[in-house]
Amino acid sequence: MDGGLSMAKFHAKEELIYPGSFACPGCGLMIAFRHVLKALGKNTAVITTAGCGSVVAGSYPQTISKVPFFHCSFGTAAATAAGLKAGFDMMGKGSINVLAWAGDGGTFDIGLQSLSGAAERNDDIIYVCYDNEAYMNTGVQRSSGTPLGAWTTTTPIESLENRPKKRITAIMAAHEIPYIATASVSYPDDLKKKIRKAKGIKGFRFIHILVPCPTGWLYPASDTIRIGRSAVLSRIFPLFEIIHGKEYRLSPMGAKISVNEYLISQGRFRGLSEKDISHIQEKVDEYWFELKMLAARGDGRH
Amino acid sequence: MTGNDAAAMAAKMAKPQVVAAYPITPQTSIAEKLASYVARGELNAHYIKVESETSALAACIGGSLAGARVFTATSSQGLALMHELLHWASGARLPVVIVNVNRSMAAPWSLGIDHNDSLSQRDTGCIQMYCETAQEALDNILIAFKLAEKTLMPTMICMDGFLLSHYSEPVDIPDQADVDRFLPPRKAKYKMDPKNPFTFGGGVSPTVLFGLRKRIQDDMDHALSHFQKICGQFYRYFKRRYRAVEPFDTKGKEIALITNGTLSGTARAFVEQAGKEKGVGLIKIRLFRPFPRRELTMALKGLKKAVVIDRNLSPGSGGIFSQEIRAVLYETGQKIPVISAIGGIGGVDVTIEDLDRLVQRVREGGNLTGETIWMGD
Repeated sequence: MDGGLSMAKFHAKEELIYPGSFACPGCGLMIAFRHVLKALGKNTAVITTAGCGSVVAGSYPQTISKVPFFHCSFGTAAATAAGLKAGFDMMGKGSINVLAWAGDGGTFDIGLQSLSGAAERNDDIIYVCYDNEAYMNTGVQRSSGTPLGAWTTTTPIESLENRPKKRITAIMAAHEIPYIATASVSYPDDLKKKIRKAKGIKGFRFIHILVPCPTGWLYPASDTIRIGRSAVLSRIFPLFEIIHGKEYRLSPMGAKISVNEYLISQGRFRGLSEKDISHIQEKVDEYWFELKMLAARGDGRH
Repeated sequence: MTGNDAAAMAAKMAKPQVVAAYPITPQTSIAEKLASYVARGELNAHYIKVESETSALAACIGGSLAGARVFTATSSQGLALMHELLHWASGARLPVVIVNVNRSMAAPWSLGIDHNDSLSQRDTGCIQMYCETAQEALDNILIAFKLAEKTLMPTMICMDGFLLSHYSEPVDIPDQADVDRFLPPRKAKYKMDPKNPFTFGGGVSPTVLFGLRKRIQDDMDHALSHFQKICGQFYRYFKRRYRAVEPFDTKGKEIALITNGTLSGTARAFVEQAGKEKGVGLIKIRLFRPFPRRELTMALKGLKKAVVIDRNLSPGSGGIFSQEIRAVLYETGQKIPVISAIGGIGGVDVTIEDLDRLVQRVREGGNLTGETIWMGD
């Protein structure tokens, strides 16, 4: 693999979303949703919880979705999807892919209980968290997915986010579910490969996609892919898979760059001092080292 | 069998395809029974062992979206936890059937029965029925599935905790074949289907929402006639007749005791014993939402006083049933005094003697309109 950067491998198939969503220009979420649906195909039903994902989907009588799409209550995507899958099974339609589509708030925070319940039961759904690292559709409030040092409207410049981002993949790994992966909109081949792989597995599958957000991260809309790529290259958001909660596999990412390159490109990190940045670099290096150890512990090959 | 056994039996006979429940006293034995029916292959369903009541109802909503028949049961705090999802189920027009085994709301903790848990859900758009006996619990649940699927409204069957859920009574169990004929498999007109994709529940304009709310009200109004029709069908199959409002021995009487739930049994015994002497009859309300205005007005015709016993309290206002009944009588111009009595909250026993004292007080008390009598006070 060449790090997923080659667009030649990116086969355009039937689009499963309509153009004209309510998303902001440069929205990473819409790119992710498009790829995820393309990889899953038409035989899919989507449950989405409150968040950008539900807002951008359009207002009656319009919708962006060409597949069945239900807006569930905030924080219940996993349970609703589990019920839907159980219903499909009982109706003899067990082959339908059920996708729970939730943001970081709907996953890390208000949805964590329902997510943990469905994961622990190993309910047969694909849960994708599109992570834009804050409550973006309500106007950029911090979530437990907000990274250390970030500005949001509830972590203003005088009091920037002072806790590390919750390690949701580690929490999910503790559930020993068959498949976990991180993915990026800047690595579409890798993303689609992981979704297709997840599709072929039975049980609870969790995909964590970092979706850069120009509105909340404060960068020009044209930079979404570039910023998504530097998140991966800097290893602040490394790409990997976890099989059965134990076997870690690193995905191809390209040569490591400094975290500063990622941070300086976004207004939300403007309040950081050099000392803060080197602290974040240390934390990133620590996590990256840990991940490499975990991957080396298994066979680590891919 | 106990009320909970009857409820679990009814749920099994209705053949739900997705069941999701979370343990809570005094509902738990319904969830246990259903789990064992599924485990033993007596019920062909997915039983989702959820981690909360929120997820229980969310999973039922999901199952219902697939077109499946769904069931859950809960009590008290669990029902309160479902509150948001009850709005979701009714707004999405999903025929979820919920058994609520009534229990007081904390704080402080109590296992006693009152109806504040289900009445707190009054405005969610959920059909509500109350049961006097274990037989009614079984029958109401079968009726509920048919009514929910006909009206596309979630339907809740309320059973008094312990007094009904845990006491054993003789129950006539219908033949499965009759139940199958009375309640054929659900045919969902709208469902999630990749072959015919729709988006459900997305943003709407104020005008659209306004129209949808009016539609719910219209359909709730129609639900009353569907209820009557379904009860008629039920009678043809099972020879037990049910009505939204059930008067008992009110002819020629002056006072009507108005009750719901198991208290109706005690009131019935009181009326049998002393009704003639004290001029008292009974009106039992089975269906609370939609509120059976016309049936209630008819039942009260010729009576001089209505004494409503509320096993609930809306603090700052009073008994909920009495408010509803006053509103109906004001509308229809039936100017009889409605005396509100609060009794049995927290599972306090309401005995025949208590009823006797209440009636005595009403007979001697002159105009008690607008006052609230606390039974046992």
